[in-house]
Amino acid sequence: MEFGFTTAVYVVAAVLFILSLGGLSGQESAKRAIWYGIVGMGLAVVATLIGPGSGLWLLSLILIAGGGIIGYYVAQKVQMTEMPQLVAAMHSLVGLAAVFVGFNAYIELGRVMAMSEEERHALEGFAALLAHKTPVEQGILKVEVFLGVFIGAVTFTGSVIAFGKLAGKVTSKAEKLPGGHMLNAGAAALSVILLLLFLNGAGIWTLILMTLLAFFIGYHLIMGIGGADMPVVVSMLNSYSGWAAAAIGFSLGNDLLIVVGALVGSSGAILSYIMCKAMNRSFISVILGGFGNTTGPAMEVEGEQIAIDSDGVVAALEDADSIIIVPGYGMAVAQAQQNVAELTRRLRAKGKEVRFAIHPVAGRLPGHMNVLLAEAKVPYDIVLEMDEINEDFPSTDVAIIIGSNDIVNPAAQEDPNSPIAGMPVLEVWKAKQVFVSKRGQGTGYSGIENPLFYKENTRMYYGDAKASLDKLLTQIS
Amino acid sequence: MPEALIIGTPKELFPGENRVAMTPESAKQLQKLGYTCLVQSGAGKAAGFSDEAYQEAGVEIVKTAPSLWKKSDIITKVRPPEDKELGYLAEGKTLISFFNPGGNEAGMEKAKEAGANVIAMEMVPRISRAQKMDALSSMANIAGYRAVIEAGNNFGRFFTGQITAAGKVPPAKVLVVGAGVAGLAAIGTSTSLGAVTYAFDVRPEVAEQVESMGAEFVYLDFEEEQQDGAATGGYASVSSPEFREAQLAKFRELAPEMDIVITTALIPNRPAPKLWLEDMVKAMKPGSVIVDLAAERGGNVEGTVPDDKVVADNGVTIIGYTDFPSRMATQASTLYATNIRHMLTDLTPEKDGLINHNMEDDVIRGATVTYKGEITFPPPPPKVQAIAAKPKEKAKELTAEEKRAAETAAFKAQTKQQVMLLGIGGLLMLLVGLIAPASFMQHFIVFVLSVFVGFQVIWNVSHSLHTPLMAVTNAISSIIILGALMQIGSGSFLVILLAGLSVFMAGINIFGGFLVTRRMLAMFQKS
Repeated sequence: MEFGFTTAVYVVAAVLFILSLGGLSGQESAKRAIWYGIVGMGLAVVATLIGPGSGLWLLSLILIAGGGIIGYYVAQKVQMTEMPQLVAAMHSLVGLAAVFVGFNAYIELGRVMAMSEEERHALEGFAALLAHKTPVEQGILKVEVFLGVFIGAVTFTGSVIAFGKLAGKVTSKAEKLPGGHMLNAGAAALSVILLLLFLNGAGIWTLILMTLLAFFIGYHLIMGIGGADMPVVVSMLNSYSGWAAAAIGFSLGNDLLIVVGALVGSSGAILSYIMCKAMNRSFISVILGGFGNTTGPAMEVEGEQIAIDSDGVVAALEDADSIIIVPGYGMAVAQAQQNVAELTRRLRAKGKEVRFAIHPVAGRLPGHMNVLLAEAKVPYDIVLEMDEINEDFPSTDVAIIIGSNDIVNPAAQEDPNSPIAGMPVLEVWKAKQVFVSKRGQGTGYSGIENPLFYKENTRMYYGDAKASLDKLLTQIS
Repeated sequence: MPEALIIGTPKELFPGENRVAMTPESAKQLQKLGYTCLVQSGAGKAAGFSDEAYQEAGVEIVKTAPSLWKKSDIITKVRPPEDKELGYLAEGKTLISFFNPGGNEAGMEKAKEAGANVIAMEMVPRISRAQKMDALSSMANIAGYRAVIEAGNNFGRFFTGQITAAGKVPPAKVLVVGAGVAGLAAIGTSTSLGAVTYAFDVRPEVAEQVESMGAEFVYLDFEEEQQDGAATGGYASVSSPEFREAQLAKFRELAPEMDIVITTALIPNRPAPKLWLEDMVKAMKPGSVIVDLAAERGGNVEGTVPDDKVVADNGVTIIGYTDFPSRMATQASTLYATNIRHMLTDLTPEKDGLINHNMEDDVIRGATVTYKGEITFPPPPPKVQAIAAKPKEKAKELTAEEKRAAETAAFKAQTKQQVMLLGIGGLLMLLVGLIAPASFMQHFIVFVLSVFVGFQVIWNVSHSLHTPLMAVTNAISSIIILGALMQIGSGSFLVILLAGLSVFMAGINIFGGFLVTRRMLAMFQKS
């Protein structure tokens, strides 16, 4: 097949990918959009397989099929609460693939350069492309390869650690080696030196050494970030995997790779930005890990936490007309989404207005709560974002907090010395009555007291979220 | 283990007092705290609680007051105890009741001599933690409601404006003076009955609360720094003579229009201020009604007779009842009994039926007037001073010009920022273009445009679909498979191996990513 044909297919695929992302603006159009993505990917792969320069297509097909079977199996089996881990794991694969492809590009370059003039003319495809490069272009190619491998390697180890943290296999605390961020900075500086050496023809060892350094940076960077910042981390890694693909696209001279890489990269960047904004923290402070120091003593919390039993909650729910439920990571941990959904169905059947308020950083992945609620068949039109629902709390009878803490902490607004001061929070305390379903009296991820629990209109409903809801369900018919 | 204490509630002695300090419902809750409950026979009758109802709730009925006072360790009551009752007090007994400690020196002396501990319900400090036991507020709430009902009872017209086949009825106009708890309750009741409601208060910061209840706040054209209500415990303070004049002038202006006036203005520890003078009463239309909720403290209205209803010469009715809560004894008893129950909950932290009279606790200390043979009134100021919210800097209303200026400035700043960014971006691009060869620039243009398209497209993605977005971008970032596919045809074994591995991993990603996204999207359902 001619090169022109392949390019034409790439254009179609690129358009399909853009439509696929754009379609995610609404739940209904999203169901169509996903097909655009699938068709785009199919076209791109087929066009490359039959396009110039490819070979061993049978092996390729077998490998794709093999990978596909594993992918299919994983996609069918994964629990919705495990989505963050899955996404992180998939990022690591993209990162590693980028590293491999980058290495290949360099090896091919060396191989082609070693060939004689006649042999080069006989080449086709990628090798032919390399053969026609001028020395300046080769220099640029080396930079691109270097960058692609670097980003890919950081993505790989970073995602592996993120996966470990999300799956609970690695401690979710922020941990750093002695030396902290100086180690990262040192490794990055060393990588730059290696890049210069690499450009001056120092050979493949520089590339390998840099890869190891990048592996270390990825590992150390993510180890230093705590569990609740994972929404930012996962979107950041999402972004990196895109940039890695784009860099590789440059080195291979493949526009589709560049387009898709840039799309994914900017998508991840925007998600990170939204997440940071929702926590009122700068991207830098998230990456540097942990919460910053407070600027003064925290406000004294006055009052006491008043516990309530299920009878009290049921009575209040029976009386209430409007109810808002605020789920958090605790709901996901306790796998309580089905019970929440059942409670919602029963309350709605009684003619009560039940809605959900979702904070942008609730859970461990952007949009995590929405997916869990959708899985439990909670209709999406009663699941609202923070900005849509925050003004409705004063006119709400009952707000139920299930497994969230920092995102409903009034200290963010009331105490200028609080570590989370200025973070947008759900103003649940303005509801007439607030119930907090919580395992014990501990603090949230940020380790700060939550004055909400001491408020006059707050009652603590202690216990595992799932067990607590089960108890409620036995009393509400 | 010491024996659990007994709580007893006698019948109120004050003539016409219908309330009772314990209801069957509150008795059940008190028993959960470990107490045994007694009630004098017939104590709840006037409030609609029969002896049988108490018995059903596990309360023991005692025939006479003396034996009740004797048996009980804790006595809960509504009205301040009369001399006879004070005589029943003995060492170690606790009395929880309204006590009027400011004007009841003799009573305190007597209680002190008897060695009884007295908790005065009106002394509960006004802090948010103590709201649940703030009996003054719950009684004021009832008084405000009842004041409107009482006014309506004496008013010859509808509250709501109506257009009927028999002619048009204008809505009643109601003015509420003093927007405390009672005032706000009156405003709420009046607006929900459909009257056009106005409200006035010397504390301008309550305007927001007034407006939230649906009434119109009457502003004075008066420039004076009003003392912030928050500094005086949420109560109004005495105003300057000039302010008073401005206030009276405003009332004079309003008087002819108003059909119903409800005054609730009180200043702590002082007689009620006279706000509605004789000439204002005269200026009102015949048939109008004035309810003076401050009658007990002398009244806000000139011509109020406490505990009575009088009709002025021009046909304006002035109601000076002081027993509004008692007129709604069932409701009032329920609320008051709950206040008492909360007080006892705080006094019984262990839920073991024993009183822990913790004088370190601000609320308990504040409300206690005699303790262990000492008079402890007046209490020291509470440790926690946060009574009302900190005075908020009120956002200044911007004039139209200022608004426009601000908008233009914002627009200019935005334009400047965008031009700057474009300029820097363009410059960088030119620099790259100077060094890089044409083949690179072609790709670079594609790259920049894609980033741009990406930014435009992603901002529109709905928040709830962020997880599917990540899964789908994950799948399509496996486009890196193209690179691997192009390389797999190479002659070198190492290249084939690495490319093969990449193809395999990308394969997992493509299928896994797309399928899991589909699974997620299929779950989103509309109700």
